[in-house]
Amino acid sequence: MTLELRGLRKMFRGRRGEPQEVLRGIDLTITTGEFVSFIGHSGCGKSTLLNVVGGLVRADAGDVLIDGRPVDGPGPERAMVFQNYSLLPRLSLLANVREAVRAARPDWERDRVDEMVEHYLSAVGLWPHRHKRPAQVSGGMAQRAAVARAFAVGPRTLLLDEPFGALDALTRSRLQQQLTDLWGNESETETVLMVTHGLDEAILLADRIVVMANAPHPSVRAIIEVPIPRPRDRVGITGHPAYAGIQTQLVDLLVADHELALI
Amino acid sequence: MTATEISTPAIERSSVEPAVAESPVAPPAAPLAPGRSAGIVSAQVARGLSRATRNAAWFLAGACVVVAVWQVVAGLAEGLPTPLTSARTLGGMLADPFYDNGPNDKGVGIQLGISLQRGFAGFFLAALVGIPAGLLLGSVRPAWMAFNPIVQVLRPVSPLAWYPIWLVVFKDPPPAAIFVIFITALWPTLISTAAGLAEIPPDQRNVARVFRFGRFAYLRHVLVPNALPSIITGLRVSMGIGWMVIVAVEMLSGNTGIGYFVWDSYNTGRLDLVIAAIVLIGLIGFVIDSALLWLSRRFAIEGVRS
Repeated sequence: MTLELRGLRKMFRGRRGEPQEVLRGIDLTITTGEFVSFIGHSGCGKSTLLNVVGGLVRADAGDVLIDGRPVDGPGPERAMVFQNYSLLPRLSLLANVREAVRAARPDWERDRVDEMVEHYLSAVGLWPHRHKRPAQVSGGMAQRAAVARAFAVGPRTLLLDEPFGALDALTRSRLQQQLTDLWGNESETETVLMVTHGLDEAILLADRIVVMANAPHPSVRAIIEVPIPRPRDRVGITGHPAYAGIQTQLVDLLVADHELALI
Repeated sequence: MTATEISTPAIERSSVEPAVAESPVAPPAAPLAPGRSAGIVSAQVARGLSRATRNAAWFLAGACVVVAVWQVVAGLAEGLPTPLTSARTLGGMLADPFYDNGPNDKGVGIQLGISLQRGFAGFFLAALVGIPAGLLLGSVRPAWMAFNPIVQVLRPVSPLAWYPIWLVVFKDPPPAAIFVIFITALWPTLISTAAGLAEIPPDQRNVARVFRFGRFAYLRHVLVPNALPSIITGLRVSMGIGWMVIVAVEMLSGNTGIGYFVWDSYNTGRLDLVIAAIVLIGLIGFVIDSALLWLSRRFAIEGVRS
C-alpha cells in the first residue's frame, strides 16, 4: 500500500476573515511499512495535513492517493488517535473499543470483534481496567485505550496526532514502546503517520522525519532519514553514531524556520 | 420564655462541668436532679446542632420575618387577610380538597389537578415538537438560519398573546389554555435542544466519522449523551414558566383550574383563599422543579467530565 500526497493545499480563514495558508503544495510518497513523523512549530499545518490524510479535512487542492485511488472522507482503514484521547465519556473503555470496532467493521462476526477488543486492550495493559469509564482513569490509560481502539479496527494505516503530548515523560516512553511493539509485531497495521512536538520521540520512532515549515512557506522543509536499526530503545539509541547528527539537523531546521517566521 | 430556655444551658454547664471532671468514674446521668440533667441534655443538643437543624432554624427565622411583615401590612391595608386567617383558610381547604359541588364550586385539589393536567399536556406537546425541532435546527445549518430569527422574534412575546388565536382555532377555552402552555414551553425546549447539539465536542464527532458510526450508534453514543443535559435543563425551564403561565391563562379562560379559582376568589371577596392558593401553587411548582433538577443533575454529572 502506497500513500501519496500530491500538491495538497489548504487555506483557513483567520479571525478577521483574512486568508491563512496552512499547507502549500505538499508532495510526499510514503511506502508500505514506513513510520513517518511530522515535526514543526505550532501552526505549521502538520495536524491539518494529518486530518487531510485522515479525511476529516478536505484539501482545497491536491489529492491523497492510496494505491493510486483518491481518498474521500474518513474511514477505519486510516484509524486515528487524537491528542486529547477522544473517548466517549459515557462508555467504559471496553465499550469504547468495542463500539468503534462494531461500527467500523460491520462484516465481522461477534466473536472476531470480541477477540480483537480483548487482544488490543490486553496488549496495552488495560484488560483489568476495561469496565472503568474515561473519567475514572489517568490520561495515560485513556490514551492507551484510544491506541487500542485504533489498532482494534485493523487499519492498514495509523494516524497519530500528538498522541503522547499531554502525558508525563515516564508514561510517554512506556506508550512509545507499546506503540512500536504493536506496530512491529502484533498487528496488521503497516504504515504509521505521527505528528509530534518531540524531537527525541520523532527520532526514536520514525523511519523518516518530515520537517514542516511555518508561513510564509507552509510546506515540507526537509525530509530526514533515520537509518538506525530496530528494535530501538530510548537509552541505547542516543549512543548510535547517527543520533546526534539527526538531532542537530532537526534543531537547526526548526530554529532557522523560527527565525524566518520572526522576520 | 425563649430567653430563659436559651440562658439556662449556659448556666447549668458552668456549674455541672467541673463536677463531672472531678468524679469521672461516677455514671453521669443517674444521680442528677431533674433540672440539672435537662440542662446537660440541652447543652449537648446545642453543641450537637447539625447543619440541617441550623438550616431549619434559619428558615423558621425567615418565615417569622415574612409573617411579621405581613401582619403589619395586613393591619395597615384594609381588606387584607392576616396570616392567621389565611392559615386557617388553607387548613380548611386541605381538610377537604376534593369536594365537587357542581361546576362553580370545586375543592382546591380538583382545581390544582385540572391545572396540572393542562400544564403537563402543554409541556408534553412542547417536548414532542420542541425536541425534534431543536435537533433539526441544531444539526442542519440551513434550518437554523431559516428558523432561528423567527424563533428569536416569537420567544419574547408573552404566551398569553396567543390565547385569542388558539381560542379561534379550538373554539373552546380549555384546549386553548393547553396550547398557550405549549407555546410557553416550546421556545426554551427548542433552544436548549439546539444548544445541546452545539455542545457535542468536535473530537467526538471526528471519532464517529473515523470509525464510521452508523446513524443509530451516533445518536446513542455521541448525540444523546452530549445533548441530554441541555435538553433536560430546557424542559426544566419550560416547566417552571409553564406553571407560572397556567395561572394567568386560566384567569382569562375561566370555568376551571387554579387560575380560575384565584380569580373567582377575588370576585367573591375572599383574598384569604387567594393567598392560600398562592402558597399551594408555589409548593407544587417547587416540587416539580426539584424533581426536574434532580433529573438534570443525574444526567449532567458524567456529561461534563470527559
